[in-house]
Amino acid sequence: MHRITPLDHTHYDEMLMPGQDTRPSYQRFANWLNQAPLAWLRDKQSEADTLFRRVGITFAVYGDESGSERLIPFDTIPRIISASEWKTLEAGCIQRVTALNRFLHDIYHEQDILKAGIIPPEQILTNAGYQLAMQGIDLPRQVYAHIAGVDIIRHNDGGFYVLEDNLRTPSGVSYMLENRKMMMRLFPELFASHDITPVEHYPNMLLDTLRSVSPAEVDNPTVVVLTPGQYNSAYFEHAFLASQMGVELVEGQDLFVKNGYVYMRTTSGPQRVDVIYRRLDDAYLDPLAFNPGSMLGVPGLMSVYREGRVTVCNAVGTGVADDKSIYPYVPDMIRFYLGEEPILHNVPTWQLRKPDDLAYVLDHLSELVVKEVHGAGGYGMLVGPASTQAEIEAYRLRILEDPANFIAQPTLSLSTCPTFVESGIAPRHIDLRPFVLSGKKVQLVAGGLTRVALREGSLVVNSSQGGGTKDTWILKEDITC
Amino acid sequence: MLSRMAGCLYWMARNMERAENTARLLDVSLQMSLLHASSQDDLLVPLDVTGSTADFLRRHHTPTPQAVLHYLALDSENPGSIYNCMRNARENAHVVRVKITTEMWEQVNGTWLEMREWHARGLDTRSASSFLEWVRERSHLFRGAGYGTMLRNDTFHFSRLGTFIERADNTARILNVKTKQISDNEPEAENILDYYQWAALLRSVSGFEAYRDIYRDSITPERVAELLILRQDMPRSLRACFGEINKVLGRIEGHAGRSARRRASEIQARLTYSSIEDIFADGLEQTLDSLIDDIILLGNTIHHSYLEAA
Repeated sequence: MHRITPLDHTHYDEMLMPGQDTRPSYQRFANWLNQAPLAWLRDKQSEADTLFRRVGITFAVYGDESGSERLIPFDTIPRIISASEWKTLEAGCIQRVTALNRFLHDIYHEQDILKAGIIPPEQILTNAGYQLAMQGIDLPRQVYAHIAGVDIIRHNDGGFYVLEDNLRTPSGVSYMLENRKMMMRLFPELFASHDITPVEHYPNMLLDTLRSVSPAEVDNPTVVVLTPGQYNSAYFEHAFLASQMGVELVEGQDLFVKNGYVYMRTTSGPQRVDVIYRRLDDAYLDPLAFNPGSMLGVPGLMSVYREGRVTVCNAVGTGVADDKSIYPYVPDMIRFYLGEEPILHNVPTWQLRKPDDLAYVLDHLSELVVKEVHGAGGYGMLVGPASTQAEIEAYRLRILEDPANFIAQPTLSLSTCPTFVESGIAPRHIDLRPFVLSGKKVQLVAGGLTRVALREGSLVVNSSQGGGTKDTWILKEDITC
Repeated sequence: MLSRMAGCLYWMARNMERAENTARLLDVSLQMSLLHASSQDDLLVPLDVTGSTADFLRRHHTPTPQAVLHYLALDSENPGSIYNCMRNARENAHVVRVKITTEMWEQVNGTWLEMREWHARGLDTRSASSFLEWVRERSHLFRGAGYGTMLRNDTFHFSRLGTFIERADNTARILNVKTKQISDNEPEAENILDYYQWAALLRSVSGFEAYRDIYRDSITPERVAELLILRQDMPRSLRACFGEINKVLGRIEGHAGRSARRRASEIQARLTYSSIEDIFADGLEQTLDSLIDDIILLGNTIHHSYLEAA
């Protein structure tokens, strides 16, 4: 297990080295920033807010009566990653997602990894994310997680650590694209002075990926994006991706199954659908196979899927691989399937179903972060150092009720990045979510979504908890000073 | 195009057109009710045309100008109120946001935001005419923004289809209700009251100036009926509406709409080759009743062929 030095209240800053010298990748930006009057930057920031609101009003999240939209705050100071760092991140993400896809294929087929004793079988077979219905089904190119969002943080040792793998319906890529568009609009001069890798071709790459995993017999596959509907919080992204790819955005009611195929209802009659990029959880996909009360899904979809006559992206049953109880095994998966050493570190994780780990964690609750195995979105977790004694004791009781439902990790020191806040420019904690596409090949656009915890000292970057986003720049070449 | 998307475009346009028609009806009825305040008949006309008399009377008992105005303009519990039409138009537009042009979306969304302000302020008979004028203007803007900015593909066609089906339906209904009302008038009052009622009817479909231009003569039922049923050059006439409906149906891609096209062509043929004398010989009321039934049937056929296909 890779040991992390404990939180010491010194953080890795993306722009400044200890001693306040600027890191090479930020040098040009820092020179520009130093010359930019604060008032002008403030104007630019509010221009961005206005523009996003306008885009928001025209096509964003919509749910309440007033038609007003919740916007995720956008910060105008970019997160810059050097070319060589990106190389490591890219290779690490590709390696990781490749191994995870091999793992998913394995556990729904031969289960070699279980036979080899690397993961206890009950951990997989009794996992809520494991779909028995997927056993023995052969998927095109044996890909399960076609779109993966890998959450990565930088610790104060300067290294990158994977926090979690999102293999079900990861979202946020529309912000990556919109943030870039916004920055180019606000600060064109920065793009002239920096050699920044473009991200705008993501929708193309996504469409190619989806088409490359269509059922084998199809020459010119029809791809659709399946959304739960306009009241879903990520509806903006669903509509955005469908329109960027030039494919139909469908709801469950637009699709039906007939004679063993999936069709969509169009004004010129039924049209066959070959690949469904679904942004709907497994449980809602097919009321005949899963949740019978689901009005969002397509009755009979699973039977067509099992016959290999439609491809569902991501595959059904990927949830077992991004479960927090399986996460500790990912480095072993990489060694087992690829015979390689992991490029990106895992955060050391205590599994509370193990008595030794449980004992250690209960003794060190005030230092650790404890999470529910199936939790997401920053809800229901305990951040030891930031909690009161009473909160810790209350959480202890929850753990003792069902230890297997929890994991614990050291309190990581997320790196900081200068961020525009009310008092001026100050460091705030950030993470990174690159989007890995797996089809004919495994690839990612050079970039990702950088989330920032806008509250001072906060380590929680989730947008549901007051997080914002930044544009993420990957430099084409390293800048040497 | 996805049937659901086509349905949203169609209903977006129908709702906007319905809001305009309701506003036109209300405007004329309120003015007429001032003309002879003793009678409630004029106030019942917009309720009759919109098919909501029973619901209104159940909730309000007596049709005062204020009550009718509120019910048809702002009442959020009346599914056919202008308020709800605009709300429906906006909700449908939101679904097809990525299909329609920015101008069109901003038009519908802006209308809805202003509508909410009117709703919050409330209306009385003094502010009514500026509100009703605003509704008409917003509807003109909606059509204009669509006509001026949209690519001529099925997105455009389904929204046009909604506009003209709704308009045809409205013209037929208003003519029908007035025809029945006028034939009920006391014989001795006939002449003077008839004149005002026919004139009001013409104004409600922007036909008063057209009538003067074409006929340059006194208002007679035959000519009003001819203008609103048979004249090709009168934009709100049934024949003009069906001209548009047929044109649009002919341009929609695919072969799913054969029965809708046949039905619409039959109606158009009847309107093209009838004379007003034939219509009066058959009975104006009967002709209008059967036209209204035909429009309803056509609407159902359109639904069946395109909007809920397969």
